[in-house]
Amino acid sequence: MALSRIVITGVGLTSPNGNTLEEYRRNLLDGKAAISRIDMRYMGQVLAGVCDFEATKYQKRKELRVGTRAGSISIYCAREAIADAGLEVEQLDQKRTGVYVGTTEHGNVETENEVYNISKFDYDTKFWSHHHNPRTVSNNPAGEVSLNLKIHGPAYTIGAACAAGNLGLIQGMQMLQLGEVDFAIAGGVSESTSTFGIFAGFKSQGALADHEDPNKASRPFDLNRNGIVVSEGGALYTLERLEDAQARGAKIYGEIAGYKINSDATDYVLPNPERQAECMRGALAKAGMQPNDIHIVNTHATATPMGDIQECEAVREVFSDCPDTHVNNTKGYIGHAMGAAGALELAGNLPSFEDGLIHPTINVDDLDPKCDLPGLVINEAKQAKRVDAILNNSFGMLGINSALIIKRFSN
Amino acid sequence: MTKDECKQVVLDIIAEIAPDEDLSDVKGDVALREQLDLDSMDFLDIVMELRKQHSIEVPEADYVQLASLDSCAEYLTPKFNALV
Repeated sequence: MALSRIVITGVGLTSPNGNTLEEYRRNLLDGKAAISRIDMRYMGQVLAGVCDFEATKYQKRKELRVGTRAGSISIYCAREAIADAGLEVEQLDQKRTGVYVGTTEHGNVETENEVYNISKFDYDTKFWSHHHNPRTVSNNPAGEVSLNLKIHGPAYTIGAACAAGNLGLIQGMQMLQLGEVDFAIAGGVSESTSTFGIFAGFKSQGALADHEDPNKASRPFDLNRNGIVVSEGGALYTLERLEDAQARGAKIYGEIAGYKINSDATDYVLPNPERQAECMRGALAKAGMQPNDIHIVNTHATATPMGDIQECEAVREVFSDCPDTHVNNTKGYIGHAMGAAGALELAGNLPSFEDGLIHPTINVDDLDPKCDLPGLVINEAKQAKRVDAILNNSFGMLGINSALIIKRFSN
Repeated sequence: MTKDECKQVVLDIIAEIAPDEDLSDVKGDVALREQLDLDSMDFLDIVMELRKQHSIEVPEADYVQLASLDSCAEYLTPKFNALV
């Protein structure tokens, strides 16, 4: 069965260093990170990537009070993506539009807030909010989008740890190919900067980054990297079948060429380079591509000592003889945006189809020899001969791996 | 506490839970839901804030007493005065 070709026609995002694709891309090319020091309940100050998008642009203040940060990020990204696709919300067929939002986790923030709240009332649960359940159900971020946009099609989240951004896009693509929807809003979001548990968990694991200069804290591939900077953010895309996009004369950012999702089945947190390599090879096979057809590999590396080395092993194995393949990483600028990471990092590279520039991996003062990959772009943007295909890696805890390939659109 | 003061307490709570609403001309004898964009969850918020901020309990059977500002004042003023 010939499946429809699926294309990206709109991008909506909020990142610690940009609230539009244009602003975000400019900062990536200029090497501008945006990590700040914030107060964290019970922990004092921590480093985090925090977004400053205008939430009231698309939501009433009451919606913001009742809803969640993940919901708000999702609504902002969805509406920005629809506008970027050259559409009004009212033009969407309500029943034929789907929303697919990848999340690393959901409900930690809201549960922690309620526990803190009742701690002020001697833990009497009659002070526990009736908003708790609608805020913490797993589908909350996508459900808030459906409420805000009045969309009647399927709207749900895809829980996939930090691979979730890619999985949101893959789910949207599949639902279009199955004919379940005609228009998909898909990607990933994170509200994780509002939960102390994520920070405390990484700290206990010895995986929480620290540096006197917040903007130097997240430094994948640097010899002195010391862990993750947790961030919030989101990136949602509008996806359409190629024929539908062409029929309405839509701008096309790129085409989803291939993908692969697999599982390590080896450890709760430690990655498995063999499975990661299989994942990349699987995506290439699905796309009908060879490794040297890929011009940008955006790595997932989160700046943990072992994780970066293991991904580099996998990338080195797959792209061993590919002189035109460049490798970069986005977390030095924005930290680890968790469920949004895959989707946001892809967005940072999409403009390369037009300008041929590869944004660098920043904060690499002393490159770890074990991460010295051929084609690694560090500290300064590089002009490529051409960029026709991007492979976007996103991996997550419990050993979930994803690789997504986007290619330059061509008839 | 007077009934007018009680109405102001209720309005202050509504201002918190429905921050987009214009509360400058809320009529006392008209149901709040007919004048403002309030749903059942918002009324639960009013009950919760009365509990949290003023230690006032409103049993579920009495929720109907919160329908309008006037009925709120009739019902809640004695409860506030009983606290003192």
